[in-house]
Amino acid sequence: MSDASGASGEVELIQLLTPEGERLEHAEYCFSGDDNQIKGFYRDMVMTRRIDTEATALQRQGELGLWASSLGQEAAQVGSGRALGKHDFVFPTYREHGVAWCLGVDPVQLLGLFRGVDLGGWDSLKTRFHLYTIVIGAQALHATGYAMGVERDGLVGTGDPERDMAVIGYFGDGASSEGDVNEAFIFASSYNAPIVFFCQNNQWAISEPIERQSRIPLYRRASGFGFPGVRVDGNDVLAVHAATTVALDRARTGNGPSLIEAYTYRMGAHTTSDDPSKYRLADELEHWRLKDPIERVKAYLTRSGSGDDAFFADVEAEASDHAADLRQRCLALPDPRLLDLFDHVYAEQTPYLVAQKAEHADYIATFEDAKPESGEGLREAQPAATGPAQPASWGGVH
Amino acid sequence: MTTMTIAKALNAGLRRALEADPKVVIAGQDVGKLGGVFRVTEGLQKDFGEHRVIDSPLAESGIVGTALGMALRGYRPVCEIQFDGFVFPAFDQIVTQTAKMHNRSAGRLLVPLVIRIPYGGGIGAVEHHSESPEAYFCHTPGLKVVTCSNPVDAYWMIQQAIASDDPIIFLEPKRRYHERAEVDETVAPPPLHSARVVRTGRDVTLLAYGPMVKTCLDAAEAAADEGHDLEVIDLRTLSPLDMAVVHESVQKTGRVITVHEAQLSLGLGAELAARISEQCFYSLEAPVLRVAGFDMPYPPARVEDEYLPDLDRVLDMVDRSLAY
Repeated sequence: MSDASGASGEVELIQLLTPEGERLEHAEYCFSGDDNQIKGFYRDMVMTRRIDTEATALQRQGELGLWASSLGQEAAQVGSGRALGKHDFVFPTYREHGVAWCLGVDPVQLLGLFRGVDLGGWDSLKTRFHLYTIVIGAQALHATGYAMGVERDGLVGTGDPERDMAVIGYFGDGASSEGDVNEAFIFASSYNAPIVFFCQNNQWAISEPIERQSRIPLYRRASGFGFPGVRVDGNDVLAVHAATTVALDRARTGNGPSLIEAYTYRMGAHTTSDDPSKYRLADELEHWRLKDPIERVKAYLTRSGSGDDAFFADVEAEASDHAADLRQRCLALPDPRLLDLFDHVYAEQTPYLVAQKAEHADYIATFEDAKPESGEGLREAQPAATGPAQPASWGGVH
Repeated sequence: MTTMTIAKALNAGLRRALEADPKVVIAGQDVGKLGGVFRVTEGLQKDFGEHRVIDSPLAESGIVGTALGMALRGYRPVCEIQFDGFVFPAFDQIVTQTAKMHNRSAGRLLVPLVIRIPYGGGIGAVEHHSESPEAYFCHTPGLKVVTCSNPVDAYWMIQQAIASDDPIIFLEPKRRYHERAEVDETVAPPPLHSARVVRTGRDVTLLAYGPMVKTCLDAAEAAADEGHDLEVIDLRTLSPLDMAVVHESVQKTGRVITVHEAQLSLGLGAELAARISEQCFYSLEAPVLRVAGFDMPYPPARVEDEYLPDLDRVLDMVDRSLAY
C-alpha cells in the first residue's frame, strides 16, 4: 500500500473503473474476478439501493421513525462487503446497509431498528455483522479490541486461509474527529491488530463539510499512527473490492492494521430528519450524480457484453419484488413488550428488577381487566385505589 | 409580548446574550449554517459570524474541552451537545475538568461555561436520542444543572445561565421545543436557581421539571375532574435544588410525588424524597412517592409511551398517595 504523508503532494486515488464504465490498470491493485462476479456486485448494489429507497419511503409514510440513507455509497459498501472472507468480522456504523446485505443480514431487521421495535434484531455473531453503533466512532475501538482478541486466539498469520481472519471497522469522515477513532488507531497500531479501518468519506457530517474535520486527505492520517492508508474511488466497486482484499489479507497474515478511505458522496440527507438544502449546493450533487456507482458498472457490463437488457431487467424485477416483500414484512413486525425488556438489562437478573417488572405487570393488568367496559381513555379504565398501597420491595413506585 | 416556541425563545435568548456581551460564543456540531438540528441557533452565525458561532468538528470531548479553554481565556462559551446520548464522550471534560476547575484553583479561576443538551424522550427517535442524564451532572459538585419547561423560562434562563460564573448544564426538553407561549421580553425574570409553583392545589404536590411539567399539569387538570386538587411545582433548577418552595408546598398538602423521565433509582426523585423526609417529616401524610422511567436502558421507540411517565401513571400514584 502506498503511504503518502503530509498535506502537500499529489493525492493518489485508486480507480479501476471510470465513471464512464472503462476498466483501468493500476500498478498495485487489480480486480481479479470475472464479469460474473461484477454482475453479482451490480445486483448487490441495485438491491441495496432499492432497500434504501423503500426504507426512505416507509419513513416518509410514518412507518419508520428515522432512516439513514446509504444512497450513493453502494460501491463502497458492496465492494468492501464482498471482499470479506468467511471468518472476517464487521463493525458497522448505522449506515452500512449494503455491507449488511452482503453478509446476509435480513434487511427487515435493519428496518426494525429504525422502526423502533428493537435496538438491533439480527444475530451479530452468526452474521459476523455487529449491531449498528449510533454514537459516532465508538465502534472503532470495539473493532480494534475484537481484533486484539482474534490475534490472541491465534487466528492471524497461521498461513492457513481456512483459519485466518480479520476485522473491519467502518466509520465516516465526521467520526475521524472523535477521540475514540484516533485512540483506536493507536491501539491497533501499538498491538499490530488484524484490522482494516474503512472510512467512507461521504464529504458531509450532517451540515459540516470534510474541511471542518480534516485539512489533509483522511487516508494520510494513517501514516502518523504508523500504518498504511490509501484512498480509493469509493464509487468504484472494483477498486474498493481490490483495496479491501489487499488490506484484509494484510491483517489476516499478521501484518497489522491499515486504513482505506473510500472517497464517495452522501447523495441523500444525513437522515430523513435532515434538510441538506440548507447547507449545500445542488451543483455538488449533480457533479457526483455523474459518478454514480451503479451506472458505471451497468455501462461496463453493457459494453463488455456480459450484461444484456434481460439481465438488467431481471435484477430490477428482483429488486422490486424484494422491496414489496420487505415493506410487507416491515409492517408486520410485532411491537415489543416493555415487560420483556426488563429481562434483558442484566445477564444475571436482579431481584429488584424482577419486583419492578411484577409491579408494572400488575399496573398494566388494571387496564387489561377493564378493557371490555371501557372505550374511552385509559384513565377511565382504572379501578379506584381501595386502601393503603403496600410498598413493593423495590420502593413501591413506578 | 411575542408568541414563541421554546426553540425560538432559546434562539432569542441566545441572540440577546450574543448582543449583550462580545465574550459570548456558541460552539457545537451543525450550530452554524444549519442552525442546529433543532434550529435553536438558527440565523446566529449569519448575524454574529463564524468566530462567535462556531461549527465544531464532530468531537464532543473536543467541543467541551476547548470551550473550557476559551472560558479560561475570558470567554463565555455556550456549547451545544446535539443529543443527550452524545454527551458521554465529553463526560470526562465536564466532570473531571470543567466541574473542578474553580475548586482546584481555590476560587481563582472562573468557568462561565454553559452546556446545552436537548434531553428526554417521546419523539420516536432511535437509540441515544431520548435519554435523561441529569442525575449524573447533579451528582457532580461544581456543576449547576437547570432545565426549562416553557418558552418564558427558556428565554430568560438561557441568558441567566450564560451570565453565571459557574459551569451550567442547561437541559432542554426536546419534545416540548415546539410548545408556544407569550414571552414578555421586558419583565424581569425570577432568579435562575428558583423553583416555581405553576398550579396551586391543596391535596397533593407534584414535583416535576422539563418535559414532565406539562404532563403533571395535564394530570392535575384530570384529577380536578375527580375532585382532587393537585399542586404542581416546576423545579427549574436541579442543582442546586430550591427546597424552600417545595417545603412550603409539602407543609400544605402533606403528600408529594416526584415525576421524572429519568430512571427511578438514584434519580432526582430519590434526593427530593430524602430531603423532604428529613425536613418535612411531621407534615407528611404519606411517603414521598416517585413516578419515573423504569430501571432499564431507554427502550425502542415503539414502546416508549409505556416507558415514559404519563398522565395515567401520575394519577395512579396520586391515588396511592391519597390512600395512605
